[in-house]
Amino acid sequence: MSRNARLAMFGLAGAGAAVMFVVAVIAMPHFGATHHPYRDAALPAAVRHATANVVSSVNFDLRAFDTLGEETILLASVIGVAVLLRPAEDETERQPLGRGRTLELTRLMGYVFLPVTVMIGFITVAHGALTPGGGFQGGVVLGTGIHLLYVAGSYRALERVRPERALEGGEALGAGAFACFGVAGAFAAAAFLGNLLPLGTFGDLFSSGSVLLLSTAVGVEVASGVIVLLAQFLRQALQVREETQE
Amino acid sequence: MTALIAVALSLVALGAVVVVMTDDPARQAVTLSVFGLLMAALFLTLSAPDVALSQIGVGTAIVPLMVMLAIRKIRSRR
Repeated sequence: MSRNARLAMFGLAGAGAAVMFVVAVIAMPHFGATHHPYRDAALPAAVRHATANVVSSVNFDLRAFDTLGEETILLASVIGVAVLLRPAEDETERQPLGRGRTLELTRLMGYVFLPVTVMIGFITVAHGALTPGGGFQGGVVLGTGIHLLYVAGSYRALERVRPERALEGGEALGAGAFACFGVAGAFAAAAFLGNLLPLGTFGDLFSSGSVLLLSTAVGVEVASGVIVLLAQFLRQALQVREETQE
Repeated sequence: MTALIAVALSLVALGAVVVVMTDDPARQAVTLSVFGLLMAALFLTLSAPDVALSQIGVGTAIVPLMVMLAIRKIRSRR
């Protein structure tokens, strides 16, 4: 396609998108107004399924299918990064040099906040159906929290507590479990990703039916995915060298 | 509440300008991280704590870390 044809195509598509965007914004409920049609539909649906955190109800119940798509995007991205960043033929992996220079205070803070952050991650995943948070948020906290070990100056300790092969499995397991729960829902509730579990009492830890199950699956996938993703970057930055350089 | 939203929104705009005006990519990773925190504050004032949590994790921790590691790798090749 020639440059002019590409420009014309972009102009057409850009103008179309701009017009649609403006029309959509004009038709939106006004900022800060009391008219919320989406809320009025989502709130009763969340209460019906005993899910205190309406956002989790939206993510894992009302539009769980979208979440399946998002999780698949994450899975594909992590696989893509792992493929792209694997050591090439002219690169060698070597043990990173020992501890770098780390401020005493940084190291202290790293070790103090490591257990706190990991605990917050687990709490955020477990209470996703009750309070703000859920599988994605908790998974990200877990996946990044563990890297406080690296911030604290010990890459080797991070390598030891980070079983990469197992986490690669964990990522696949989380993503696969989500899809399997979806198929199971199709048989048990006559709808893909339909509710599988008893709904429980509104506000209890084990309430909200499938929301907790799906949220936990996402938590496993995201936590593993983030660690595997950052592991590729860390390996390339710290361990892989081109042979010609040596 | 509206005043708080206005303050958070202004800080986000200011932070975005600072990120764009930062020349060195390594420093940019740090300003980006601060910008992510400001975005999280904005989401919180707009009563979206779930989004604020994701924003803190992804925008202030993972993305800047990935940028820093990528820069380190690129510089070691030179």
